[in-house]
Amino acid sequence: MTMECVNPEGLRFNQMRSSSHQTLETRMRPILMKGHERPLTFLRYNRDGDLLFSCAKDHTPTLWLAHNGERLGTYRGHNGAVWCCDVSRDSSRLITGSADQTAKLWDVKSGKQLFTFNFGSSARSVDFSVGDHLAVITTDHFMGVSSAIHVKRIAEDPQDQVADSVLVLQSPDGKKKINRAVWGPLNQTIVSGGEDAVIRIWDTETGKLLKQSDEQVGHKEAITSLCKAADDSHFLTGSHDKTAKLWDMRSLTLIKSYTTVVPVNAVAMSPLLNHVVLGGGQDASTVTTTDHRAGKFEAKFYDTILEEEIGGVKGHFGPINALAFNPDGKSFSSGGEDGYVRLHHFDSNYFNIRI
Amino acid sequence: MAMDSQEKRSKFRWGEMDEDDDLDFLLPPKQVIGPDENGLKTTIEYKFNDEGNKVKITTRTRVRKLASARLNKRAMERRNWPKFGDAANEEAGSHLTMVSTEEILLERPRPPGKIDSCVLLDLESYKIHCFLGISGSKLCTKADESKATGDGLSQLGKGGAVLMVCRICHKKGDHWTSKCPYKDLAATTDAFIDKPPTGESSTMSAAPGTGKAAYVPPSMRAGADRSAVGSDMRRRNDENSVRVTNLSEDTREPDLMELFHPFGAVTRVYVAIDQKTGVSRGFGFVNFVSREDAQRAINKLNGYGYDNLILRVEWATPRPT
Repeated sequence: MTMECVNPEGLRFNQMRSSSHQTLETRMRPILMKGHERPLTFLRYNRDGDLLFSCAKDHTPTLWLAHNGERLGTYRGHNGAVWCCDVSRDSSRLITGSADQTAKLWDVKSGKQLFTFNFGSSARSVDFSVGDHLAVITTDHFMGVSSAIHVKRIAEDPQDQVADSVLVLQSPDGKKKINRAVWGPLNQTIVSGGEDAVIRIWDTETGKLLKQSDEQVGHKEAITSLCKAADDSHFLTGSHDKTAKLWDMRSLTLIKSYTTVVPVNAVAMSPLLNHVVLGGGQDASTVTTTDHRAGKFEAKFYDTILEEEIGGVKGHFGPINALAFNPDGKSFSSGGEDGYVRLHHFDSNYFNIRI
Repeated sequence: MAMDSQEKRSKFRWGEMDEDDDLDFLLPPKQVIGPDENGLKTTIEYKFNDEGNKVKITTRTRVRKLASARLNKRAMERRNWPKFGDAANEEAGSHLTMVSTEEILLERPRPPGKIDSCVLLDLESYKIHCFLGISGSKLCTKADESKATGDGLSQLGKGGAVLMVCRICHKKGDHWTSKCPYKDLAATTDAFIDKPPTGESSTMSAAPGTGKAAYVPPSMRAGADRSAVGSDMRRRNDENSVRVTNLSEDTREPDLMELFHPFGAVTRVYVAIDQKTGVSRGFGFVNFVSREDAQRAINKLNGYGYDNLILRVEWATPRPT
C-alpha cells in the first residue's frame, strides 16, 4: 500500500509500508541553488527561519528564501572570499567577514553597506552577541600581525558606528588561524577554536583565558567549525582529524565524540531532535580521478547520544563546507566545494527514525 | 486522511456490477456533507449487508493540510521584499534555483565491517590460489594492511582469525585455502596459474609486492619450464586475450575463470578493480592458450546474461589477423 501526500510547497513525500514490517525511508527532494561560482564557505539561517544567507569564495554573500530557495539578493562590496556571516535577531543587519581584510555591516533588506571594519589581515569568523550590540570577529595571522579575536560594539544607528575595538584578544600561537569564535551564554564568555586544535574560553569583561580544552581528549588537528546548541548549554566542534566532539559550555568537558572517515569541515545540530550532522570530504586535490563519483559527498547524520551514524544524505559533487539547520528543525541546507547550496526539507519519516 | 475510494464506488457502473448490487437503486443516494470550518466531512452511504438488510454507513473524516506553514508577520513581509544586488534584474523562478530531479534518501549505513570484510576475504583467498609458490612475507602482514585501509576493514584485522574461510572445504576460522587439507581438489584450477613451481606452498602475503627481497620472474625461477622461449609464449597468450566488458560490481577473477574455462585452457584472468572502493570497474581480460578457444568463447559469451548484466566479449586488441 502506498500513500502519497502533497504538502503546500509542492514537494512530494512517499510513505511505503510492506505487509510484514515497516520499512520507512526518508525521502527528500532537495532544492538546488547555484548562485555561487566558487566554493561555499558558510551558511546561516536567520532567527525566524525564513531567510538563508550563503557565503562563498566568490566575494558575494547571497540571500535566499528558506522555504523555496528563491534568491532575494546579493551583497556587493567585498573584494575577497567571504568566510563567515551572522545576522541580527530581527533580521535587519548582516555582518560578514572576508579575506579582503574587512568585516562589513549590511542592511539586510536593501543590500546597502552600512559600515566597514578594517583589519590588518583576513577576517575569518563573525558572530553577533545576544542582543546584537556586540560582535566578535577573528582575524588571521598576516605578516607582522598575529591572529586575534576582536570585539566591536555595534551601534543601533549605523551613523553612529565607530570602528574601535572594545576588546582585542591575542591568540597564544599567533601564527595559527582562529577558525571560529562565538559568544558564550549571556555574552559573558567567548569560545574560540582554530588551527591549533585547542578550544579556549575567554572572559569578556577582563579578556583573560578562563579554560582550555584538554589535550588528551581534544582534537588532534585543526578545528574547522563550531556550532552552539539552541539553549547555549553545549556546543559541537568539527575538525580535520575526522571527528566531531560535543562539549559542555561552562566546564569545557568532553561529552560525546563522533567519528567519520573524512575530515570534517562543517557541523550542525538539529534544534528539534537529538541529531548531529557532519559534513566534510577530502580536499579536491587529493582525490584521484578514479575515486571521483558524481554526487557522492554526503552529510552524515549521527544520533547525539548514541554516537552512532543514522544515515547520510548524498548529492554534493565536492566536499561539504557548510551546514546549517533551520531553527524550526524541519529543514537543513548544505553548501559544498562545488558551489551548490542544497536545501532539504525533511519528510515525516525523518522524525520517526529509530536506530 | 481523505478517503476517495468510497466516492468512486457510488458511481453506477453496470459492467462491473455483480449480483449482490442489483438492488442498489432501491437505496437512498449517498450524501456528502462537505468540510465544515473544522475540516470535518461527513459521508452517509447506504448498502445492503450480507443478510440483505439495508445498512446506513456514516463516515466522518477530517480533511487537513499536511504541513501548515505558520509564519510570523515579519517573515511574511520579507517574502515581498524587492530584489536587490545581482538579483535585481532577474524574473521570478530564475534558473538558479531548481528542485532536484532525483529523490535523495537519508541512507542508512550498512552494518560496519560486513561487506568490506567479505571483499577482502575473496581477494585474499584468490591471491593465495594464483600466486602459490612465490615466497613472501608472513601472513601477519595481512592484519597490518587491514588496519591501514580504514575503519571498515580494521575490524577484520582484529578478528582476522575468525573470518578465515577456506574456499575448498568452506570451513570457517581454521585455515586459508592454501592450507586446506583437501587442497588436491583445487588442482583443476591450476591451469590458469602462470608457471610457478608448487614446491613452496607458503601462504602469500596480503600485498604481494611487500616483503620480497627481489622479484624473480616466473620464467626464471627454479624449475620453470624454459623449453619455449618465455617471451614468445607470453606474446601468443596476449594475442589470445579476450576483453570482457559490462561486468557487475562484485565480479572477480574466479567468476571469470568459471565462466571461460569450459571453452579451453585459460592462462590468466584479470578483473580491473578500483583500489579505493574494491568494486570491479566493469571490465576484465581472459587469456586463452589457443586462439580457437578464444574465438569460441567470444562467439558463445558475447551477449550472455551474467549477474543481471549483458556481457560484451571481444578481442582485446584490434582483431589479430
